[in-house]
Amino acid sequence: MSVETTTDLVTLTIDGVQVSVPKGTLIIRAAERIGVAIPRFCDHPLLDPQGACRQCMVEIPDAGNGRGFPKPQASCTVEVAQGMKVNTQLSSAVAEKAQRGILELLLINHPLDCPICDKGGECPLQNQAMSTGRGESRYEGVKRTFPKPVAISAQILLDRERCVLCARCTRFSEQISGDPFIALVERGALQQVGFYEDHPYDSYFSGNVTQICPVGALTSAAYRFQARPFDLVSTTTACEHCASGCELRTDHRHYQVKRRLAGNAPEVNEEWNCDKGRFGFRYSRGDDRVTTPLVRRGDLLEPASWHEAIDAAVTGLKAAGSSVGVLTGGRLTLETAYAYSRFARAVLGTNHIDFRSRPHSAEEADFLAASVAGKPLDPSVTYEAIERARQVLLVSFEPEDESPIVFLRLRKAVRKRKLQVATLAPFLSRGSGKLGARLVPTLPGHEVQVLDDLVSADGGFTVDADTLILVGERAAGSQGCLTAVTKLAAATGAKFAWVPRRAGDVGAVDAGCLPNLLPGGRPVSDAAARVDVASAWGVDHLPAEPGLDGDAILDAAASGTLQALVVAGVELGDLRDPRGARSALESASFVVSLEQRVSDVTARADVVLPVALLEEQAGTFLNWEHRPRPVGLVNRQNKAPMTDIRVLAALADAMGTDLGFRTPTQAMVSFTELGAWDGSPVALPGVAASHDAPKPGGPFTLATWRVLLDDARGLDNEPDLARTAPVAVIKVSPATAAALGVGDGAMVAVSGPAGSIERPLAVVDGMLDNVVWVPGNSGAKVQEALGALAGDQVSLDVRNGGVA
Amino acid sequence: MTDLLTPVLSANWADERSWKLTNYERRGGYSALRTALSMTPTEVMTTVKDSNLRGRGGAGFPTGMKWSFVPQDNPNPKYLVVNGDESEPGTCKDMPLMLASPHTLVEGVIISSYAINAHHAFIYIRGEVLHVIRRVQQAVREAYSAGYIGTNILGTGYDLEVIVHAGAGAYICGEETALLDSLEGRRGQPRLRPPFPAVAGLYASPTVINNVESIASVPSIIANGKEWFSSMGTEKSKGFTLYSLSGHVARPGQFEAPMGITMRQLLELSGGIREGHQLKFFTPGGSSTPILTPDHLDVPLDYEGMAGAGTMLGTKALQCFDETTSVVRTTLRWVEFYKHESCGKCTPCREGNWWLVQLLSKLEAGKGEEGDIEKLLDLCDNIGGKSFCALADGAVACVTSAVKHFRSEFEQGYHTPAWELFPYSRSALFTSETAGAHA
Repeated sequence: MSVETTTDLVTLTIDGVQVSVPKGTLIIRAAERIGVAIPRFCDHPLLDPQGACRQCMVEIPDAGNGRGFPKPQASCTVEVAQGMKVNTQLSSAVAEKAQRGILELLLINHPLDCPICDKGGECPLQNQAMSTGRGESRYEGVKRTFPKPVAISAQILLDRERCVLCARCTRFSEQISGDPFIALVERGALQQVGFYEDHPYDSYFSGNVTQICPVGALTSAAYRFQARPFDLVSTTTACEHCASGCELRTDHRHYQVKRRLAGNAPEVNEEWNCDKGRFGFRYSRGDDRVTTPLVRRGDLLEPASWHEAIDAAVTGLKAAGSSVGVLTGGRLTLETAYAYSRFARAVLGTNHIDFRSRPHSAEEADFLAASVAGKPLDPSVTYEAIERARQVLLVSFEPEDESPIVFLRLRKAVRKRKLQVATLAPFLSRGSGKLGARLVPTLPGHEVQVLDDLVSADGGFTVDADTLILVGERAAGSQGCLTAVTKLAAATGAKFAWVPRRAGDVGAVDAGCLPNLLPGGRPVSDAAARVDVASAWGVDHLPAEPGLDGDAILDAAASGTLQALVVAGVELGDLRDPRGARSALESASFVVSLEQRVSDVTARADVVLPVALLEEQAGTFLNWEHRPRPVGLVNRQNKAPMTDIRVLAALADAMGTDLGFRTPTQAMVSFTELGAWDGSPVALPGVAASHDAPKPGGPFTLATWRVLLDDARGLDNEPDLARTAPVAVIKVSPATAAALGVGDGAMVAVSGPAGSIERPLAVVDGMLDNVVWVPGNSGAKVQEALGALAGDQVSLDVRNGGVA
Repeated sequence: MTDLLTPVLSANWADERSWKLTNYERRGGYSALRTALSMTPTEVMTTVKDSNLRGRGGAGFPTGMKWSFVPQDNPNPKYLVVNGDESEPGTCKDMPLMLASPHTLVEGVIISSYAINAHHAFIYIRGEVLHVIRRVQQAVREAYSAGYIGTNILGTGYDLEVIVHAGAGAYICGEETALLDSLEGRRGQPRLRPPFPAVAGLYASPTVINNVESIASVPSIIANGKEWFSSMGTEKSKGFTLYSLSGHVARPGQFEAPMGITMRQLLELSGGIREGHQLKFFTPGGSSTPILTPDHLDVPLDYEGMAGAGTMLGTKALQCFDETTSVVRTTLRWVEFYKHESCGKCTPCREGNWWLVQLLSKLEAGKGEEGDIEKLLDLCDNIGGKSFCALADGAVACVTSAVKHFRSEFEQGYHTPAWELFPYSRSALFTSETAGAHA
């Protein structure tokens, strides 16, 4: 693979300065190359040219053919040409006057309410009024006014009188996210951004319009009237909500994060992010933050000093010896995951560690060891590779819900490069529909058979070397699926990437938070690998036996085989069997919980050690590409708890050993020095599809995944965002609905061994018959409420006589 | 006197039920279609090109050359779109043409579509003129029944579908790319060019967009030959055209004459300005063309003559105003139209017309201040040539030309209301107009 290079250069002269730029460049951007900023509003480098605001007028005395344009031109719509001459406001009185004229016109109907406008202080209109406007207005007439604000969604508010009608928001919604629920309506000076009241602007990406709005017309309910830009302190950081790896600009004031903006990371999120990442930062603002260590005395968890708590934890852990299981969840940075990995191995002396706080399998652990762990950033599986691919195959992966920036990049490639997308799913989701994806109808649990068919190439979607396979974490729930993906890739030369849902997952794999893996992709079973790590860590030896995986750790804790558990960042409801997990923790002899907020785990722990929020520490996430995404320390009050790493170091100290580091920076040094495994590669998993008959439970196969905006704890305390979440429904095919004798909106219930979930019915054209889909965690956690997982058999019946 | 006229398009307008197919055929209608279909498309295109027919919608672009821009190797279908969105203040030629002789247009549509290898043609008609839409729909229906439209037309193997589309009442949809958006079912707003419609127009396919009168002129060219057509008119503006006289003239109406006739000749044909009054100013081609004064009575009304006088031929809509008319008031009414019709896409047109109306209203009311005329002209300079399409250029053209010729009248707006200087009842043509006018 080679980096794309543009050799087709065009040389033109701007303000007397020669500059060579790639063919097809717009004048406004060619001018940026020589440091000339032409004022603009509607222009945005990631949106199609509009030419609406007319602010960027320049004079073109020679279009490259010896003839000039008789009138000034909008530099955001004219492409460069060889030999072209352009005079901007810096060298042309005509351009300068044109720009001043436009800016004056933009302000005649603008309320000039900067002192109460959220944009004031960071407003392109305000700034360019200073650079290009007049000191005093010549306008003496009546200004156009509108009632304000209009809520175009629960989260996004529109102040129409401030709007300069640049169409950035409407172009974003149509071109980038594919949710054209806002549009310009009316004409002349009454033109305005409009929406359909029955269908508000509920888009996973709606927050971006507040960021690209060049005036204060679009604001978010979350940030409106919260702060002045010049009072905010900005930190560049990474988003903790998924494995896309967005760069964020997090702004805080008075130790409180006020807002988060999409950072500018062209190689990752470009200039976008999703609403979960933008608005989901208040989860720690409730009354459930753990602020002090807690120690169990009888039935009660009581506040304790750090000395008491550490002593209590160490006493319990020492008593357990190496009979300890460590469960880590998705919130951990690479450094923190590495600390837990080392703590388990070097301090506790166990390989019983697993980060997969979700349904998982031994096949998956082998897959991660062979295909994910210790891998550097591979240019053939990156966001750029998505843009360049001819085909992308989605396996057990719904990008818009499970990695929204991957979705945006796919959509960009579909729109700009005619990328073909195919998806193995029981129905074409809304996100896949927006990708123009081809549905390869797949019964949950039957991915292997479908993948095998794709090799045989019967004229349908054929996987080839120009195909990128994106496989989601849900593949672990389908026996043989990950094996089939690796085989398919090997047979066809296709590339594949594993795209987990959580931000910390790839880092956790690299850090060795798996029972079969040491850091850097080193197999536990390889003696050389153990020696490698042991010597780096300065310990005599490391446990040689691969450990138990997450489910087995809980079983062992329940049965008393394991004496203690150390748990961090795990929601028990996310696990395969939440009830079983709860009772396992209850019957476990000793549980240490390192946690930010009160949870099912802290309630059952013997010692709870509070730890810092992500915004209170620095670190690194590895996104799905394996690209390091630096997490910046946003703000940290003196009373903020210690980081997980510092707490683990304290535990290690008290146990008479040494974790080896006390800060994320030191952890990263230790991890980097260890480096990646260069020994024998790990064998690919070889698991065949299950031919067991499905567990009896009902005539329907359950399909489920978590939608982006759901009951995730990371979205707590953000009610405006929650109101933009998709309505939870049960989806079935028309034939299945007909067999039930009901249609759209009828109240139905899906039932499994543990219970039922009642939701209105949504009939989905093209969906596989006898499949029932229910969102994973919208109002109820599926595995908890039903006691069933995707691929299990469930029943479906009409409730209330079908009345919703 | 009447030998100055050359009725071709309007020749049958006075016929009994001139809009019916049989009556049109009786005069030789659709024989040009038979002639054209016996030629190759390229021959038809060349004939029209050689006749030097220029677009009658205002810009005067050579029609045949426009057709030749359609890339015939483009795999997409080719489309012909007829622009019948005539909405310019003063312009009133296409509506009577379609009302009186819709088959002239339909025949032209078929021949023109054949020339560019189009199998779908669209006639886009302004939404307000329901009677005209019905006439054209009826004519298209008749032509289908007669086998002039449909599959295997006249046994030649040529297929064509003709769709009559009613607009929703927006002046901007007369702008060809806005018309295409409207035709596609979107809001009518002009598109960025390039790509030009000839390459990527309707449904991103090669598209020719012509004015009703241009297309209606095609059958006569095919029937009578390019030499016949170019024997009329002036050196660079060939053929006949419809001149529409309105306003303070004794006998307003349509005058079909060779290109290059003068205003003086047209006034003679129409009986002059109404009894007892003199011409004060007139528009050569609708309100978007800078106004002219009696000094220009002998300038040829063709593309070059009008350009030489600092204006444009436009749609040859000669709105005439006598000495009772306030220029300030007239200009304000025009600009109010542009303000109402601005699509809102670009800043100078949207905001500029909003402001112009307020400034002109001040001057009309005699509440202007020293410097307002300079401000008005500077504003026009900031709007004109800066907008996305030509709508705003038209809006400022009437203002700047009015100030140029009648600056003192604008200056009077600093102290005296226009209705005192020019009592509005005196310029009214109909008594009902006096009611509701300013005190």
